[in-house]
Order: sequence, then structure tokens, then C-alpha cells
Amino acid sequence: MPIYDIDYETMPREGLEAIQLRRLQTTIERIYATIPFYKETYDKAGVKPSDIKSLDDLRRLPFTTKQDLRDNYPYRMFAVPMEQVIRIHASSGTTGKPTVVGYTKRDISTWADLMARSMAAAGATAGDIIHNAWGYGLFTGGLGAHYGAERLGASVIPVSGGNTKRQITIMQDFKPTILCGTPSYILHLAEVADEMGVNFKDLSFKSGIFGAEPWTERMRTELEAKLNLKAVDIYGLSEVMGPGVSVECVEEQKGLHIAEDHFIVEIVDPDTLEPVPPGDSGELVFTTITKEAFPVIRYRTKDVTSLNPVPCTCGRTHMRMNKPTGRTDDMLIIRGVNVFPSQIESVLMESREVAPHYQLLVDRVDNLDILTVKVEIDEASFSDDIKGLQAMEGKISHNIKEHLGVSAKVALVEPKTIERSQGKAVRVIDNRQF
Amino acid sequence: MAEQISIFIENKEGRLAEVTAILRDAGVNIRALSLADTTDFGVLRLIVNENEKATTALREQGFTVGKTRVLAVEVNDEPGGLNQVLDPLSEQGVNVEYMYAFANPQCKNAIMIFRFDDLEKAKIILAEQGIKVVDKDEISNL
Repeated sequence: MPIYDIDYETMPREGLEAIQLRRLQTTIERIYATIPFYKETYDKAGVKPSDIKSLDDLRRLPFTTKQDLRDNYPYRMFAVPMEQVIRIHASSGTTGKPTVVGYTKRDISTWADLMARSMAAAGATAGDIIHNAWGYGLFTGGLGAHYGAERLGASVIPVSGGNTKRQITIMQDFKPTILCGTPSYILHLAEVADEMGVNFKDLSFKSGIFGAEPWTERMRTELEAKLNLKAVDIYGLSEVMGPGVSVECVEEQKGLHIAEDHFIVEIVDPDTLEPVPPGDSGELVFTTITKEAFPVIRYRTKDVTSLNPVPCTCGRTHMRMNKPTGRTDDMLIIRGVNVFPSQIESVLMESREVAPHYQLLVDRVDNLDILTVKVEIDEASFSDDIKGLQAMEGKISHNIKEHLGVSAKVALVEPKTIERSQGKAVRVIDNRQF
Repeated sequence: MAEQISIFIENKEGRLAEVTAILRDAGVNIRALSLADTTDFGVLRLIVNENEKATTALREQGFTVGKTRVLAVEVNDEPGGLNQVLDPLSEQGVNVEYMYAFANPQCKNAIMIFRFDDLEKAKIILAEQGIKVVDKDEISNL
């Protein structure tokens, strides 16, 4: 398979590291001068930009967390004036405020390049027709893939999410060859196709690029069998850039190549924050070294994975990360939407005017994530009126959808039936197998 | 006027038996009951001889207990007996939320427990019709 950016993607380690260091130094100098948050934290840590003399010196810099980004909401982590920002995206808005990220013209171009690289890694060429089922909007998936497809010179169908039956008709008629989407939605789509009597073997797909939520090898086997294509995993997050931070190559499908000429990757022990040996699991940490508008230094992703430094047979020299296996915090990803238990809690407080005991149950039924919110009834909200109780469930469910953008089934349960653990409550029971 | 206690019960095996066992152990006698349910939970509505005793025992065991004012109405035990009660109510727009029957060994008439959407209006209409409403004390002493 052709490599999109052969000079950079196959660069020997030594040259790559020299580029990384130069770009890192430039980034640190720039953010120290433009973003008060970094100046303050680096002054406090006693590190000056000129102290960064080697890649190892990166470890002298403090980490950046989601909370830091929230504290500086909306624009205080931007390193350029708004006149230079041409695009804004946002994360889903976790405990209240979303994370707002900005892109300069050059950032958008870099991102398009990286997505073009990713699509090429998945086997796409200029002659391909890309069916883009990621959502278009503040979420980075849709537009990220769109610009990448255009950069590659491929034809892109900006179908976005939803309208499943229509998507299947488009697949039959337009004959797209590359499929992009969240894996759970794509599996759902495959089932609807099945119900409609449409066999994916009669469609024209050769590859699928699936991401925005964790998925397993077992799911790959299922996707490939059902959809008759090669499935590759793509990774990214809006804080770092969006999709295209890393991607699997279609040749190996074993680990995601990190675009190391744009991002420096570390894996740290989430408790001690010390680096872990190569191959060991820990929290994924990224430093952006080419981004202009929204650089992040040692950003803790909370994703748990490990790195694979073994060179890949595809020819790309960039290091690979294994599929993320979980999260260091209690965030759930439900159908691609980030959900924190604390968000549910605030909806419950608002809906019932009392602090309730609750628990989130996540199941995967027919390849779709099903969120059930168990809420303990109390005498203040209890009545002998079944309709009233059902209306209360409906109201909470409606408010969750309104605030978080995910559908949830609300089930009232008896008081004290949600297990109390010592100290912190067990808020989440995730029955999905990743 | 009668007082009904209502208990929230999840649809789980043996849960209803647990409630009745608690009442048995507390020496509470159940006069009438009805269970309304959904797929996930049910509401058990009870008329018992000793409300306070029942409520305390159930709460101690962690149940959510509510109290609702209902009307216990004597219904003539003959064809059309129930219509004698319902017809004047429906004519004046009073709606029955739910109803269930009462076991009454001391009376040849049947007793029905009603929850109406407009309790006060229902009381007036029943009084006008000369239909007997059994009060709380009478129920306890039955």
C-alpha cells in the first residue's frame, strides 16, 4: 500500500527525534510567551524554555489535565489571537463545561494531512469514494475525516450519523469503497442492512476506518465478517487534535502508528506519573509539537494502553500504540459520547430536587450501547400513582438526553438496593466486553 | 375516610412475600390489597388494621412507604350494586383512579376501596346518595 507522506512516515528514528526536539523547543518557547497558564506552572516548577535541551527534558515539565483546560475555558489555552483561529471544535462537555479547542489555518491543514495519511494507511487512494458516517459538528470526527478525504483527493460522501436506512441506500447506489464511523454504529448499520435484505458482500467496501470509541479484536472479527472489509482502528481526541493522532495500517492491523512528527507520546503510571517501561500499560500522554492555536504539553488523556516500539512491516517507522483498554477515570463512552457519572448526578438533582443514590449500567445489546440509570426511590418522590412514577422516569430520561445527548433508560429501584461500598460509591457497572 | 399505605416494590422474585412476612411478624392484618405494576416495579396498596405499626415495620426494613387517603365504600351485594356507586360519580365527572375489593366478614355488603381524582367531590356525592363510607376506625375494628 502506498504511504501518503513517505519522507516523514518512514523517517529513521534519529532524524525523527531531531525534528521532535526542534519542534518541541519552538512550541515550549511559544506557549511560555503566549499562554499564562504554562508560564505560571513552569515558573512554579522552576523550568525555563531554554532548559529543554533534549527530549528527556520534556519530563521536567508538569502535566496538563482536563481540569486545567476547564479552568481556562473557553479561550485561555489558545496560543494565538482569535483573528488567526479559523475553526473551533469542542469535546462533549463533561462535568459542565466542554473543552473548547481552536485551529489555525495551518492546524487545519496539518490535520487534513494526518487524516489523509490515516486513510492511506487504511488503503484509501485518490480513486476511492469515502462514506463518512462520523457526525459533523463540534465533534471532530466528521469534519476531520472530511478534510482528510479531500486532501487525499478521494471523493467524500458527507453522510454524517443517523438515517441508517438512507445510508444503506446510498451505499448501494453510490458504491463507496471506504467506510468511516464509530464501530458500534457501523455494527448497528450492518444489522439494519441485514433486515433490509442488503448483503454487504454485494457492496463495494474494501476498508473501514473505525474509531471514536474503544473496540476489541473480537469486534474486528465481527465487523470484517459482517461487512466484508478490512477494519482498521483510528485514534484521536479533540484536545490533541481529533482523529488521526494514530491509526492502524491495513497491512498489519496490529497497533496504531502514532504521527510522531507531530505528537510526542509517553506512557506513565497513572498513580506515580512516572514513565513505565516500553510495552507496559499506563496512561497515554501526548505533547503536540506542531499545533499553533491549541498546543498541549504532556496532556493526560486518561486512556490506558501500551506502546509497541517494534518496527512494523508496512515500512512506517513511527511507534505504535495498542488499542486502549480502558480509562483511568470513570468516564464512560456511550455510542461515542463521553458520559461522566457526575453529569448524571446533576441531572438527577435537577429532576428530583434531592441528592439521590444512583448507578449507571452499561450493556451492549445488538451491538449498541445501552445505558440504564438506576435511581433509588425515596419517600419524598414516591407516590402510589404508577403513572406519576413512570412520568418521573420519563422526565429524568428526557433531561439526560437533553443535557448529555445520550438516551438512557431510567429504572426506579427500592431504597438501599444500590450497593454501598466503603467510601466512594460504585457508580458504574460496565458490562460491555472491551 | 380510610387511609391506604403504599409500598414501592421492585419486580423481583419473593419481594411481595417479604412484605407480607414483615406485616405478619409485626402482627398486622391485611384487610385488602391491590398490586399495580410496570415491567420494572410495582406499587403495593394495602388496607391494614394498624397503619402505624405496619408503616414502622416496613420502613425499618428499608421499604419506601407512602400514605394515601382513599374511600372505603359499602356496595350492595346484588346485581347493579357497583353501578349505584359509580353512576352518580361519573355523571358529575368524578373519575376513579383505581379500585379494589375489601374482605369484610362482618357485613353482608361488599366494601370497595376507591381512589378518586376528586376525593372531596366524591365524598359529597356519595353522601347525597346515602351511600355509606366506612371510616378509618371502623376498618381497624373490623
